[in-house]
Amino acid sequence: MSTITNKILALDEKIALLQKGGGDAAISKQEASGKLTARNRIMELLDENSFHEYDLFVEHESHDFGMDKKKLPGDGVITGTGTISGQPVCIYAQDFTVAGGSLGLAHARKITKIMDHALKLKMPIIGINDSGGARIQEGVGALAGYGEIFYRNTIASGVIPQISVILGPCAGGAVYSPALTDFVFVVDQISKMFITGPNVIKTVLGEEISQEDLGGARVQAEITGNAHFFANSELECFDQIKKLISLIPANNKVKADEIEAAEPVVEKPIETIIPSDPHQPYDVREVIRTIADNSDFTEVQEMWAANIVIGFGRMGGETVGFVANQPMVLAGVLDIDSACKAARFIRYCDSFNIPIITLEDMPGYLPGVDQEHAGVIRHGAKMLYAYSEATVPKITVILRKAYGGGYIAMNSRHLGADFVFAWPTAEIAVMGPEGAANIIFAKEIKEAADPAAVREEKVQEYIDKFANPYVAASRGFIDTVIRPAETRSYILHALALSKDKEEIRPEKKHGLPPF
Amino acid sequence: MEKKNEKELVPFVVLARYYNTTLTRKYLNRPKWVNPVPGEVKANLPGTIVSINVKEGDHVAQGQLLLIHEAMKMQNRILAPFAGTVSFIGVTPGQAIKKEHLMVTITKDNE
Repeated sequence: MSTITNKILALDEKIALLQKGGGDAAISKQEASGKLTARNRIMELLDENSFHEYDLFVEHESHDFGMDKKKLPGDGVITGTGTISGQPVCIYAQDFTVAGGSLGLAHARKITKIMDHALKLKMPIIGINDSGGARIQEGVGALAGYGEIFYRNTIASGVIPQISVILGPCAGGAVYSPALTDFVFVVDQISKMFITGPNVIKTVLGEEISQEDLGGARVQAEITGNAHFFANSELECFDQIKKLISLIPANNKVKADEIEAAEPVVEKPIETIIPSDPHQPYDVREVIRTIADNSDFTEVQEMWAANIVIGFGRMGGETVGFVANQPMVLAGVLDIDSACKAARFIRYCDSFNIPIITLEDMPGYLPGVDQEHAGVIRHGAKMLYAYSEATVPKITVILRKAYGGGYIAMNSRHLGADFVFAWPTAEIAVMGPEGAANIIFAKEIKEAADPAAVREEKVQEYIDKFANPYVAASRGFIDTVIRPAETRSYILHALALSKDKEEIRPEKKHGLPPF
Repeated sequence: MEKKNEKELVPFVVLARYYNTTLTRKYLNRPKWVNPVPGEVKANLPGTIVSINVKEGDHVAQGQLLLIHEAMKMQNRILAPFAGTVSFIGVTPGQAIKKEHLMVTITKDNE
């Protein structure tokens, strides 16, 4: 055999050995715990044969605690490029079979290298997290590695989409890279995220809690809001990622791919969704499905702060972001969580050139000491900031209640909405009729022979006068009152008019949103 | 992790008008406000009582050391919020306590 053939054979051997990761026993253990291996995850997520691996031959340089004798294939992380439905992406996947996927400096430098690559080439970066945490033998080198990743997450923020997939433990410092990225995906029973785990909490505080109850997938998706997408299996999670990638642009300089427009498939007439009794709720997602192309709506953070609904759909083939109050949950009030949820989504859409469609039906802010003390003023202001700051096309449809601060916050004309439409069922007022009558007619009601009757009369008077869209329309605060069935065509028209929308803002380093 | 009542429609009042809606687990479990009672010295962190420097019936000056409470590896000096008499001590040295545990009650001097 020629030397060249020998050299190629030797390479094949090296690759085969390194691609085995932690070896058969560790792989069996990973699979027995119901998880795919890092390499299989990449293969499942990317288009067939599209994966090109980088840095398979990287080795760590640590010597202490016997590390000089330990070979760690790929240093516990697989990095490379590939495509998802033809869209190029950069990807890394921590390999739990190699030293528990622990992060040392070489491991981190592989990640930062692929992140730099994604930023330079302007394509999404996907990180699959499955790691025991910092490689303690490396000491401060591991911390340096985390810091260098966080720095790049921040620099790349708003430039390229950053997606974190939590498919195993992600604890301590490791959680902050996902927290800095745009979308976090979790899988039931597999994802575990926390700053301090159950053991430390028990030692220090004496509180006993399981990993699942502390920071499992459901907790992150429902209670903390750290996760954006929740799946029941890894494969379902990968389908969610593929769907999201198809909806968002590759970077902030381009628009999301347009596809052929499609009519909604829901047959229920839109005007029948809203109950005539103002006290009764409905699911606002039904409204979204009656106006979106194909009735297809990809909801983001479905379980957390469900009193506001956010997500992506298409209208006329173009990707749009929906923000909608959800009367079905907590009457659709704004509160700290829903304001944070909506504000971040609005900023996402604005960063990535996605028009925002706001559907409004909200009775006001959630009253409560816990809300006030936890800073609903500061957090609620995030929404005002995000809407005002956004320069993408901004379209609002007022379906029913638009009361008080919520009227202003939900992308009102006053915050720079480009188009504001209202249904004839809209009620635009400082507050609901009962509350308003109690204040305006306090004296008359108190002094009346029959206070309840007078109160009812005054409530009706207020309803007749203000519980409609025509007062706001008479001021030009809304552009027109439309029939519910015309909603889709009005939005499509507005989007078509907004194709070349440009808004110039004063030059600044950056604003100061109420973080 | 129970999902009790989550999907049931209940009347929910916002600014004098009620709306039928569902409540979330997080809303149902929100911290309830309790009016603080002046003179009740409660633990603001879980921890352990290292030592107690007063006994019931003692008169204390404002800022006087009541006890040492160790939490998060720090020994915290717990001081009297105002001058008065120690009317209750709810801890013993070495005791591990939870957050909000009532440690000492001071009854204010009659002015």
